[in-house]
Amino acid sequence: MTDTISGISTPLGEGGIGIVRISGEDALKVAERITQLKANISFSSILSHTIHYGFIAEPKTGEKIDEILMLYMKGPRSFTGEDVVELHCHGGLIPVRSIYELTIQYGARPAEPGEFTKRAFLNGRIDLAQAEAVIDLIRAKTEAGSRAALTQLQGMLSTKIKGMRHALLEMIAFAEAAIDFPEEDIEEITTAQIAERVGVILTQINNLVSTAHSGKIMREGLYTVIAGKPNVGKSSLLNALLRESRAIVTDIPGTTRDVIEEFINIKGIPLRLVDTAGVRETKDVVERIGVEKTQEILEKADLILMVLDASLPLSKEDRTLLTALKDRPAVVIINKTDLPIVLNEKEVTDIVPTKKIMRLSVVEKEGLQELEDYLVSLVYEGKVTGGEGAIITNARHLYALQKAEGSLSDVLQTVGDQMPVDCVVVDLRAAWEALGEITGDTVGEDIIDQIFATFCIGK
Amino acid sequence: MFNAGVYDVIVIGAGHAGCEAALAAARMGCCTLLATISLDNIALMPCNPAVGGPAKGHLVREIDALGGEMGINTDKCRIQIRMLNTGKGPAVHALRAQADKKAYQARMKSVLENQAKLEVKQMMVEKILIQDGKVTGIQSETGAVYETKAVVLASGTYLQGRVIVGDTFYTGGPNGQRAALRLSESLREAGISLVRFKTGTPARIDKNSVDFSKMTLQPGDEEPVNFSFLSPLEKKPQLSCWLTYTNEHTHDVIRRNLHRSPLFTGQIQGTGPRYCPSIEDKVVRFPEKTSHQVFVEPEGWDTSEMYVQGMSTSLPEDVQVAFLRTIPGLEEVKVMRPGYAIEYDCVVPTQLKLSLESKGVAGLFTAGQANGTSGYEEAAAQGLMAGINASLLVQNREPLILSRSEAYIGVLIDDLVTKGTNEPYRMMTSRAEYRLLLRQDNADLRLTQKGYEIGLVSQERYEKFSAKREIIVREITRLKNTVIGPTKEVLEKLSSLGTAGIRSGLSLAELLRRPDVTYQLLSVYFPDFPEISPEAAEQVEIDIKYEGYIMKQIQQVERFNKMEQKKIPSALDYGKIQGLSKEAQQKLSSVRPASLGQAARISGVSPADISILLVYLEQYSHRRETT
Repeated sequence: MTDTISGISTPLGEGGIGIVRISGEDALKVAERITQLKANISFSSILSHTIHYGFIAEPKTGEKIDEILMLYMKGPRSFTGEDVVELHCHGGLIPVRSIYELTIQYGARPAEPGEFTKRAFLNGRIDLAQAEAVIDLIRAKTEAGSRAALTQLQGMLSTKIKGMRHALLEMIAFAEAAIDFPEEDIEEITTAQIAERVGVILTQINNLVSTAHSGKIMREGLYTVIAGKPNVGKSSLLNALLRESRAIVTDIPGTTRDVIEEFINIKGIPLRLVDTAGVRETKDVVERIGVEKTQEILEKADLILMVLDASLPLSKEDRTLLTALKDRPAVVIINKTDLPIVLNEKEVTDIVPTKKIMRLSVVEKEGLQELEDYLVSLVYEGKVTGGEGAIITNARHLYALQKAEGSLSDVLQTVGDQMPVDCVVVDLRAAWEALGEITGDTVGEDIIDQIFATFCIGK
Repeated sequence: MFNAGVYDVIVIGAGHAGCEAALAAARMGCCTLLATISLDNIALMPCNPAVGGPAKGHLVREIDALGGEMGINTDKCRIQIRMLNTGKGPAVHALRAQADKKAYQARMKSVLENQAKLEVKQMMVEKILIQDGKVTGIQSETGAVYETKAVVLASGTYLQGRVIVGDTFYTGGPNGQRAALRLSESLREAGISLVRFKTGTPARIDKNSVDFSKMTLQPGDEEPVNFSFLSPLEKKPQLSCWLTYTNEHTHDVIRRNLHRSPLFTGQIQGTGPRYCPSIEDKVVRFPEKTSHQVFVEPEGWDTSEMYVQGMSTSLPEDVQVAFLRTIPGLEEVKVMRPGYAIEYDCVVPTQLKLSLESKGVAGLFTAGQANGTSGYEEAAAQGLMAGINASLLVQNREPLILSRSEAYIGVLIDDLVTKGTNEPYRMMTSRAEYRLLLRQDNADLRLTQKGYEIGLVSQERYEKFSAKREIIVREITRLKNTVIGPTKEVLEKLSSLGTAGIRSGLSLAELLRRPDVTYQLLSVYFPDFPEISPEAAEQVEIDIKYEGYIMKQIQQVERFNKMEQKKIPSALDYGKIQGLSKEAQQKLSSVRPASLGQAARISGVSPADISILLVYLEQYSHRRETT
């Protein structure tokens, strides 16, 4: 176990600093690739157990990510017993994530749950009494991870990955069937046909990888618009959600935009909440920005929280907005249920019969938890997505996708070099397995089952 | 009770597994007894007398490289030889031979009879004698008792064998032989679980009743090669095979009579192999296919019996005749033996160690179809390993375990004992993860050293092999170090070679990597090429041309080996390990993997379970060191 691992060692989104920890033989090398130290200190002169000031920059573009303090601890005098580098950056999701992703791109592998502790144990840095705790840790983290994986399974990413894996499996089965049953009259696949189909899959992976690279959902969050006429409680809903989540990642005041945006993180799902309140200096939002503009904002939204006032009858303005929801992903929120209820819900369902309607009272803090749970479930069930590949939030997924991408590029190279099909299959299988790491599917009889399901084979 | 003798190793069954096991044991110096139900049916090929094909040909080469007999025997008795898959890359080239069925048996019998330290006896074994969890001997139906330290059970399809032809069925082995009716009980008494599998064979037809003019000729290769690294290259006369096709009439006959198939009437209970489906199975499962291939293949020089490959069936005899006669060329066909299905007991292979020794009964090894595989080659490979490991056990030596990264034999045995099988297991190249390393052309380079070390490979073979290995290494080094420059002379050579020119210096090895350059071509155009054998030249060429891919697989193997090298003590109590899932605890306790790598291949054991096991094992070894 000499490979180098990296992980985020501080809880996401909380605290003033964030720590990315790298452990293993190449820990310092990985850090060197992405770190520029002040005063041009060279990495080769760095002593163990010293702290250095500098910043992290993307090596290719030179784009600065964050200021950092770098700690270097040479093994065995470190937590894991291996060479360890800790990068201390500003707290919050974006810098920590970005730095972590850079370490993965530049030589480290994502740490398994509990792997730092495991290494510490294996290298004799933790005594035997603590071993049981390590076991519990692995079990607990993995189960949490697999639960998350399960919910994601139903999501869009997994559908996509499964589609690609199926296409790969089909190619592998065709190639393998022809290899293992050369005397059967089964349809063969040429390496040129393989290259063509691999090209298509490669484009899909590239798209996923590039959206993950820009960290679309991590940086921008799910574009969530809170809509509604004045005084229905949009701002207080926004503030309530912010307070509830207690995980303000950053705030970008709407200086350049017409709206106020806030980042919140609900159970790991980052939302970019857009309150149309920012443009609502005048009394009537619909009048102010016009139906067309409303339409435009709503069209852009990944998710709309449409707020109505329970204490008032449905107004013309409400109707206009509800109608504008059309087939957009939206939740209708009936606020102020603490007041006498005047609103006729039937009138709402008549306009938007398929939308989920939730009642809550921001003032009384009633229904907020349900709303949060529902928002999270929307994402996990793939009903709401932040555009193409938005669910690539997981560095392990990204790592697997990049591995698959590399293998498929090798397939194209191999075919180009006129190598025979047995060489091509090596990389096809590697790509198929890498994608399987995302969906948690294991290797094994699948290929053989596929061969027998597809071809009539037998002497 | 008659005390009939004392042996080091006793092999039950003289099929392809039994023959290899007995020869290996005797050649390794063990006093060996080979017990067979019928001396007239040694090394019988009850199905197609064909040896090899993808993965199976690889197995034969590996058997040969370790000092087994199947390769040599096939080379001596072949009536046709073909290299398949030549366009698909070196890793999947596959040698396939048609053998003379009777000659194959006769030669193998003679080899056995003339092997020092080996006795061959006809008997029906009824019992395996066990004391305190250890094999002590066997007992025949006549009451004769043979004492031994190790038994290799290679019972093929004979355990509770039951033959089914349509609505007719009877107990028996293949070709009207007796079945072993009592041995299953003896195994169950020893705590061994058995399952019931099924296989089948098509009809044999009379060559004189076939109109070959309506079929396509399938001749053998003009430049024949051998299975054995020892056999001399020689052109021998060959017999041809013939290809024809079924049609909708054939399928109609089958469909109309499906209700009479024992598969559908429930007469057959055993699980059959997917890759060897009966023709009725194919017609039902792939209704859109309007025709299926039929190969008509000779069974030997001195017989008019021909094998009808692709038409395996257990339909009643009258239906067999009727559907065969719808096939072009077979309109007037005379069936000499009808096709049949056979059901038999076999051992659940997850009860075995990687050495093929039973986990429950020390000294009891099982091999071949008795372990749930199908195919002569799969059987012979296991027989060889069981024979080797039985001998090593008797000699108090460490077992020989081949890894998945070393041999198809390793893949085969690891699959069987780690994952088990729910149908008769056939070897396929797609089962091997490191296929580019496990080529049929380099089986000797992978295994002959090992065969020599355990004492199975003869000095003569070893010296021949060592010389070849040295030549290959020297020639690869020379090609890598010989640099040519873009001189006028070189450019002219390249142009007449039919490949692009060069602008700067290039080694001959780099030149050889080009798709349009071969070793043979280079040796014609460039000076100082040594006289080396075609086999050595082939290794040099493959090593250089595929270096990048081979390196990729070597790296995969290195990662794989890290897990394989983490050994698990056999006495480990999985019930005591906190945190393991219930399913993992059960599966691990039953399979008792030898390494973490093997543990990870068991279905139902998750990566988290493996992490926990890893931590536990470190703790375990740490504790042992400190106490």
